[in-house]
Amino acid sequence: MKENILSFLAEIRPECDFENSMNFIEEGLLDSFDIVSLVTSLDEEFKISIEGTDIIPENFANLDSIERLLLKNGAKR
Amino acid sequence: MKINLIEYFEETAMKFPERTALVDGSSSWSFKELRSRSVFIGEVLANTYKRINRPVAVYLPKSNEAISIFLGTMYSGNCYAPLDAKAPMAKIETILKNLDPLCVITNTSLLPNLREINAEFEIINIDDLEYVEVSPPEIFRQCIDFDPAYILHTSGSTGVPKGVVISHLSIIDYMNWVVDTFGITEEERVGNQTPFIFDMSTLDIYLMIFAGASVFLIPEQHFIFPAKLLEYINEHHINLIFWVPSVFVNIANLRLLDSIKTPTIKKVLFGGEVMPPKHLEYWIQSLRDQNVIYGNLYGPTEITGTCACYVVDETFDPEESVPIGKPCRNTDILVLNERNELCEIGERGELCVRGSSLALGYWRDFKKTESVFVQNPLNTSFPERIYRTGDIVYTREDGQMMYVGRKDFQIKLHGYRIDLGEIEHNILSAFDTINAGVFFDQNKREIVLCYESDEEISIKEFRVKLSTVLSKQMIPTRYIRMESLPKSPSGKIDRSYLNDKINGNN
Repeated sequence: MKENILSFLAEIRPECDFENSMNFIEEGLLDSFDIVSLVTSLDEEFKISIEGTDIIPENFANLDSIERLLLKNGAKR
Repeated sequence: MKINLIEYFEETAMKFPERTALVDGSSSWSFKELRSRSVFIGEVLANTYKRINRPVAVYLPKSNEAISIFLGTMYSGNCYAPLDAKAPMAKIETILKNLDPLCVITNTSLLPNLREINAEFEIINIDDLEYVEVSPPEIFRQCIDFDPAYILHTSGSTGVPKGVVISHLSIIDYMNWVVDTFGITEEERVGNQTPFIFDMSTLDIYLMIFAGASVFLIPEQHFIFPAKLLEYINEHHINLIFWVPSVFVNIANLRLLDSIKTPTIKKVLFGGEVMPPKHLEYWIQSLRDQNVIYGNLYGPTEITGTCACYVVDETFDPEESVPIGKPCRNTDILVLNERNELCEIGERGELCVRGSSLALGYWRDFKKTESVFVQNPLNTSFPERIYRTGDIVYTREDGQMMYVGRKDFQIKLHGYRIDLGEIEHNILSAFDTINAGVFFDQNKREIVLCYESDEEISIKEFRVKLSTVLSKQMIPTRYIRMESLPKSPSGKIDRSYLNDKINGNN
């Protein structure tokens, strides 16, 4: 699942190094348009619909938190 | 009669000294406080330069402080030019070379960026200034309403951004219309979204100056996570918002108003690009119990904010495009066809504007100024300027104007005005071995680069290099390598063929 997430991130911002980032949001790797694209891609890929109220900084800080978010919203590993 | 913006600010600051003028992520300033800080900056500039009507570049993050520098600049009789603190330095350098400002005002953390630039200009670091209480410099009284208040830079087709020079008069004219039309008072709590380099922020800032409204500079991170944004609205009792449609669309797509109520919102204004009617309908339905006014404000930077407005009424039909509305008071709009005649109802033509709202011109570019600020072709009796927007519109039976598209290669993306020529120009300079054309995919709303090159270039390579010369919103997100780009008989890239191909028109 993490590889999937990473490949979407690489598609959206290929110039950023997500693997070595401690916090995607605090380090400014993702802006609002990136989050919109990422959520759309993740929704399609995992056939889920991430709740708007779950789109908060804590859930997009790193690969682990995004994975937890997907599982919480019903994504299958 | 008040003839410059500082006279308006002085009056408001005297009337409401203790009320909140500005709130940013770190502090809250009363009018009294904002005035003292602005006057201090004004005094420093007036003493140092003793000149009026010159630009002062402001290279600062969005903050209360930045607004005090804008006002301070006007107290010194000069005009301010906000620069994007996030733009690549190559772009800032191009702008500064053309602007030739009296000085650039910045802070300690941004100062090292300016040192990278290879151009001569004076820098004032606000963190080095020792604040003292002073009285306003008298010099601002020399400014008449025709003098410049600010210069905003917009995308230009040749790769050099154009500096649009806006007078005190145009802002006075605009704000009188806003205050009257939407019944603005000191009770307004404005939630600012747009950056100061963007002319939509004029409305936010000047509602504070003209009506004593409180302006909340919403931290940018809240726009990444709209649930936080709505919490912020509730926490600060924001009642007026003027945002770009993409923010409204984002909230509607996430159906956030179903779970988070925002009972304080009373005035919802939007502009900068086309608002999709279905998303607007979601907002209207979600906030239907709180008697909200919705306004679509249309207008390019060159006519100071807004020249036409549609206040949503019973004629709104979510199955049809949102009209751009009717001309604002004291603004005249001419829709001209290719023969420079007024269009009939339903006939498409270019939207042209006449009135006090017109910019003075483009900074140090008389040629470009003359190409779009032109004699009104309908007036053969005396000189009269109109501004040709390049926007194609038509007028409906009921008098509402409807937006159709552009007559050139300019696009709107997330509210940013982007000239595809500027992107192309920068790409060709950054990659000298390729030939390329830049297009806009209307459906996916993304910028596409089609290129011809002996070697494959990775997306990463493109983006890394382009991020040093282009603002992020201008960097293409799709890259298509072609054996050879289609050419017209004259040898030029066949733009309309590629454009149709990308947009699936053939």
